[in-house]
Amino acid sequence: MSKIHVTTTVNGDPVEFLADPRETLLDALRNHLDLTGTKEGCGTGDCGACSVTVDGTLVCSCLMLAAEANGKRVETIEGMAKEELHPLQRKFIEHAALQCGYCTPGILVAAKALLERNPDPTDTEVRYWLAGNLCRCTGYDKIIRAVQDAAAEMRQEHRGAA
Amino acid sequence: MRYHTPTSFTDAAAIAARATGTLRFLAGGTDVLVQMRAGMVQPDDLIDLKHIPGVDKIEQTPDGGWKIGIAVPGIVLGGHAALVRDWPGVVEGMNLVGSTQVQGRATLAGNLCNGSPAADSVPGLIAAGAMVTVTGPSGSRDIPVEAVPAGPGKTNLAKGEVISSITLPPRGKNGGDAYLRFIPRTEMDIAVVGCAVSLRLDGDKIVEARVALGAVAPTVLLSEACAKAIIGTTLDDAALAALTKAAEGAAKPISDKRGTKEFRIEVAGVLARRAAKIAYDRAKGLTK
Repeated sequence: MSKIHVTTTVNGDPVEFLADPRETLLDALRNHLDLTGTKEGCGTGDCGACSVTVDGTLVCSCLMLAAEANGKRVETIEGMAKEELHPLQRKFIEHAALQCGYCTPGILVAAKALLERNPDPTDTEVRYWLAGNLCRCTGYDKIIRAVQDAAAEMRQEHRGAA
Repeated sequence: MRYHTPTSFTDAAAIAARATGTLRFLAGGTDVLVQMRAGMVQPDDLIDLKHIPGVDKIEQTPDGGWKIGIAVPGIVLGGHAALVRDWPGVVEGMNLVGSTQVQGRATLAGNLCNGSPAADSVPGLIAAGAMVTVTGPSGSRDIPVEAVPAGPGKTNLAKGEVISSITLPPRGKNGGDAYLRFIPRTEMDIAVVGCAVSLRLDGDKIVEARVALGAVAPTVLLSEACAKAIIGTTLDDAALAALTKAAEGAAKPISDKRGTKEFRIEVAGVLARRAAKIAYDRAKGLTK
């Protein structure tokens, strides 16, 4: 079976690898690029643990072939903290919005995508946006509070910068 | 598995026509990749249609309708203000499919070709009178959306044929549409029953109507009887009662883990009534 040469950008870095045609983007991130922050929960697009953005759109990396990422811009959890933690990451720690942490990378990536589109969401909007991110530990309330607190801080920073 | 990336539908159809083993077309992939992972489908040839120019575009047609590329994901449909203004029912159906992440990939064409009788985007397309262009080895033809599904997981497309675009007719004046589904949760579930209504008014009176029911038969149904029940009326109580009866009569569901036959029949009537009211208010310009 011939491999497919994939060239893409991950968290701003140009990367290339050889993918099996059936290989998902999730498997390529974890196995070829050693970016194991993106998790596999269900592998069938139900749980959101493998959330990444591709050309700015939030997707499940288990529902995309690695070959489909050719020429695209992929952002994963590893690209989220810059010099310091992203406000969402900090607020998840402050609010203890995680227990086992397996779902957390996917939720952070998804929440970041939400706040880029909608800096001031209602609780209902946060809950619907994150409906595809399953967490079996926290009961979700702390996650919603952490996202809202991060959103408030990011709005404050934005006003400060303007 | 051979992964193909043709740059025209003619080439895609030619690859499909030559294929001798298991073949799948890839648009958003939110069904195909799940089937591959589950081992239900192991394609010998997988034809990715997203390298074909125009498949990611939503364009207004010269007559005021909309041509939707086969790879336009749900999130892009939902963000297209002019399309949402014209066909809110079509868009709300598609936007009920899966999570935000799934919306980032899933497409109308994929939802249609997956052949599920519970596909949330299909009743809205059928009620709207949407057409698809089917491209095959011997050229292209246009068929109504309701002619595509043949039964659960099956379509009427012939070997080598692929849907190359979806076209919504011009909305025109005093029109409205709506889609409702019943699920036992608030999100992330498959319709137990779905119903879409599209209608046009002259004053207060309904002059055109199309009603489609999902998850109550092997394919999504277009119900003439439901349309007849409300055409010529102002959607008064008598018309709503007639519509309820017609929807209950049209529904031919099975009992399964998501709902019993009796429950689905009753819910078909309820949803038809509610969707008709929403479509009516939208046609009146009372709601969006």
